[in-house]
Amino acid sequence: MPVQNFEELFQQKIDNEIKIEPKDWMPDAYRKTNIRQISQHAHSEIVGMLPEGNWISRAPSLKRKAILIAKVQDEAGHGLYLYSAAETLGMSRDEMINDLHSGKAKYSSIFNYPSLTWADMGAIGWLVDGAAILNQVMLCRTSYGPYARAMVRICKEESFHQRQGFETLLVLSRGTEEQKAMCQDAINRWWWPSLMMFGPRDSESTNSDQSMKWKIKRKTNDELRQNFIDMIAEQIKVLGMTLPDPALKWNEERKHYDFGEIDWNEFWNVVKGNGPCNKQRINARRKAHEDGQWVREAAMAYAEKKQSKTKAA
Amino acid sequence: MNNFFIKKFFYGDIPEEKGGGSDYQTKHDSTSWPLWEVFIRSKQGLDHKHAGSLHAADAQMAIENARDVYTRRMEGVSIWVVESKYITASNPEEAGELYEPAADKIYRHPTFYQLPDEVNHM
Repeated sequence: MPVQNFEELFQQKIDNEIKIEPKDWMPDAYRKTNIRQISQHAHSEIVGMLPEGNWISRAPSLKRKAILIAKVQDEAGHGLYLYSAAETLGMSRDEMINDLHSGKAKYSSIFNYPSLTWADMGAIGWLVDGAAILNQVMLCRTSYGPYARAMVRICKEESFHQRQGFETLLVLSRGTEEQKAMCQDAINRWWWPSLMMFGPRDSESTNSDQSMKWKIKRKTNDELRQNFIDMIAEQIKVLGMTLPDPALKWNEERKHYDFGEIDWNEFWNVVKGNGPCNKQRINARRKAHEDGQWVREAAMAYAEKKQSKTKAA
Repeated sequence: MNNFFIKKFFYGDIPEEKGGGSDYQTKHDSTSWPLWEVFIRSKQGLDHKHAGSLHAADAQMAIENARDVYTRRMEGVSIWVVESKYITASNPEEAGELYEPAADKIYRHPTFYQLPDEVNHM
């Protein structure tokens, strides 16, 4: 069959909502796009453990500490689901890890911001995980089977993350003046970076959007961002706090909230490695990997030794 | 092949040419752990179902890792692991020939038989 037919058949499957599975024929660009997207999503989960890991030893109570550990452990699990999904496309785990450590592969730029106070744990859960969930719910219906299945599993676990984040802020918002101020400060610092998580404006794209045609993604950046803003603008009323955007206003005609301009310079700067914590995050990952080298080797040596003993017996 | 460039991206998808990077090279693992497939029985009476895969040095570690990765919320009562290299899968390109023999045997389905209403619970 000529390549053209394969491509037509492939597109027909996508149009008919038939998932693509690892051994199926797929265009090179589809494979590459998925590898890039899934592995970078995995890296985001893994690097995402760092800003929160920062507060495990300083959580204000044993209850909060247990919750935070569980949440960080979930992120590790999510990273693993996603790495396995990317591996089905033919890229090895070693290569993916190396690309993260060299800076070739990216992770969500939100994790290059520092977590300065305990209230940041609340703001990350509510805003950052909230924004991630909107993307992830959409990705449960993505066209590549292993990616979609990983996302279903992740979404089931993720809602606890957002709820615990909101509850953390709720407690602070009903606390002392100092706690209230801490809550508002965390929201102020995380609001704009959260909006940037959805990526550049749709108008930045000049080509026809192949990712939409292949149903890798199903909603545009702007659509998702607007959904997020509409949701958060209502929820913040419960906290009695404000969002740091004077232009934020309900638009009766559009039935959506209008909002102010995002600082795209800042966004690209952070993507390119000049955010407040880029170096720190990558160094932490490299160090963890290098320090774990002997453990990986020892475990393998032990496994081999055990196996040769069983054979000899 | 189409040679397009996908410009839009979002959470977890940043194009390489905008990202930069360095030539840092991870020290190559002389011993990378093999890949295992994980199957989980969610409760007694149900089949083991494929849950995903993971890397581990041996079977025991694969089961322990599977416990941590796939059953953090009591999703399982039993775990099977098998090294991925031992799984033989059918080829999707041969799906036509492989499943064709079943296609024209509609008499294998109960609905093929038209019976009088009196026995319609058969």
